[in-house]
Amino acid sequence: MALMQGRFIDNIGRVYGLYTGGFLVFIILMAILEQLGVSANTIGVLFVAFTIGIYAVIGWLSRTMEVDAYYVAGRQVPAVYNGMATAADWMSGASFVAMAGGIFFGGYGYMAYIIGWTGGYVLVNSLMAPYLRKFGCYTVPDFIGTRYGGNLTRLFAVVVLVVASFTYVTAQIDATGTIAARVLQIPYSVGVWFGLLSILLCSMLGGMRAVTWTQVAQYIVLIVAYLVPVIWMSNVQGFGIIPHFTYGEAASTMRELEAQFGLNPPAEAIPGLSVLTTPHTSPVGALAEWRFITLALCMMAGTASLPHILMRYFTTPSVRSARKSVGWSLFFIFLLYFTAPALATLTKLQLLDPNLPTAVIGKPFEEVASLAWIQNWSSVGFLAIADQNGDGILQLNEFFMRPDIVVLATPEIAGLPYVISGLVAAGGMAAAMSTADGLLLAIANALSHDLYYKIIDPKADTAVRLIVARVLLVGIGAIGALIASLQLTSILGAVAWAFCFACSGLFFPLALGVWWKRANRQGALAGMFAGFVAGSAYLYYVYNGGTPWLGLDDVRFGIIGMAASLVAMVVVTLMTPEPDEEIQRMVDETRVPVGEPIIVHKH
Amino acid sequence: MSDNTDARDRYWQKTRNLTIVILVLWAFFSLFIPLIVSPLNNLTFLGFPLGYYMIAQGSLIAFVLLIVIQNWRQDAIDREFGFDEE
Repeated sequence: MALMQGRFIDNIGRVYGLYTGGFLVFIILMAILEQLGVSANTIGVLFVAFTIGIYAVIGWLSRTMEVDAYYVAGRQVPAVYNGMATAADWMSGASFVAMAGGIFFGGYGYMAYIIGWTGGYVLVNSLMAPYLRKFGCYTVPDFIGTRYGGNLTRLFAVVVLVVASFTYVTAQIDATGTIAARVLQIPYSVGVWFGLLSILLCSMLGGMRAVTWTQVAQYIVLIVAYLVPVIWMSNVQGFGIIPHFTYGEAASTMRELEAQFGLNPPAEAIPGLSVLTTPHTSPVGALAEWRFITLALCMMAGTASLPHILMRYFTTPSVRSARKSVGWSLFFIFLLYFTAPALATLTKLQLLDPNLPTAVIGKPFEEVASLAWIQNWSSVGFLAIADQNGDGILQLNEFFMRPDIVVLATPEIAGLPYVISGLVAAGGMAAAMSTADGLLLAIANALSHDLYYKIIDPKADTAVRLIVARVLLVGIGAIGALIASLQLTSILGAVAWAFCFACSGLFFPLALGVWWKRANRQGALAGMFAGFVAGSAYLYYVYNGGTPWLGLDDVRFGIIGMAASLVAMVVVTLMTPEPDEEIQRMVDETRVPVGEPIIVHKH
Repeated sequence: MSDNTDARDRYWQKTRNLTIVILVLWAFFSLFIPLIVSPLNNLTFLGFPLGYYMIAQGSLIAFVLLIVIQNWRQDAIDREFGFDEE
């Protein structure tokens, strides 16, 4: 098996090249089938089934019973591919499905997510990834537990990791369920379990190794699926093949159209659906700038503390390749994120610009109501139009939509063939599955490695450890699917919470663990505890109707958590004795890229 | 290992200085630019309002470049001290 793995790594470029070519051929085949009159539903099913089938095959081929392969993919993933895998791991259902929709309706203010979810990688590269890779840990709590010493620190880190990742994973299972339900025409509650089953197919047999190679495949699907509709719309609207540098005029036109149609709240709101009320290009309202940077800061610090991302950098062969792969990760993520505002802008223009045939705003109400896509999405309750002022014309504040569906509905809005809708559904599924895989693995590994092996039964042998890891994976997935089926928050809301939990509890203990030699166990315990408790208490307070301090609402509670964490960690560290010489030497070793890792794993 | 403690200290000092420079630039693009978006929007770049452009693309490009530059400089520091691994 090791030999096969070696041969695979040597030929990796050819393998994924063939795969990408095969996927493009499949898309063309679907387009031909559509022309031959195969129904839209069949094409959607084929897209989702074909891609999930491929992931399952990769998952099966990557099965393993070796600890190193299961936890860190044998530490031999080349930087470029680790970059792709991280990008898929990172870009969740929220990025793919919900973000452009958020910008569509939330306008400028929502772009704080774009800044936050890219800028965070500068922190990962500067403060965390190379040093954690040198450390040689299997999991993030492994670093905290070894650097600060003691089972209690390890346990605290496990608790924060589980809460943050679990909040996140339910949102991903929810997204897979939503897409599966729509494409396969099954009830949502069944869709959620179908989604979970597909996720487990990719991760259960091969752990990190299987997840790595399926994530690379999923990245290729999701980036193709995201770019194709945007390029298509851009061509139709006359902005050329690559719209990113040429849609400037569209952003300016948007301002005029906003003035022309007026950004007014609806006469009568429809629960769960939004109308366009915020301007596209500039901040508006009290504290707008402050709200922007606090949200961006929470997302950036959260990025640098989320274990499912940090652990991807444990899979590279060296410290240098860990750094290189952070660069590749951000580049691959950047490709999608700098497209999202373009997608939101162009889709909005398709609806608003009276010069385009697809425009609906300002058109006679009856004419719009008879459009097929309006009827399709209205029938499932995701969209509504209502002639509330009775003038027979559809006004901007009479067009209601669920922000989550903008990306999925864009091909229909822009009048693209159904094959593109199928492609986008497969892309959304890939995005949500890949993130769910990474998160489930992060939770299960922390529980099996740190809680079970390091704390409960240090003598457990390899086979038992790997079986425990897999049982946990399935169990946690099942609990996640159960909670997802309750549908507590919207996709983007739950994701922002995960970032805030992670940065409240883990950011300073991780960063100061490398950058402040004086930081000791008592300080780290205080930092994790104070940050996590203060953040959670503030979330509870705001979520239950408390008045936010300085506009820090429920998606920004990480600011409170991080402040509490930093103060507690510094004060308690300075009040207690400095760490012993062995720990200080460990920190010195961590800072140097060469030499033996700090943790040497015995199997 | 004790005789090269001095080299390690200098290595870490250089690494730390580089990191500080990168983080200052990072803060400029991620935390300062959003404060001045409205005035920037009065300027035009490639047909975009400049403030919007920076948030939608400009700062993102800056982040990618920051990591590339940091890794390039860090590699040079590693080489200087013989800490470049094979």
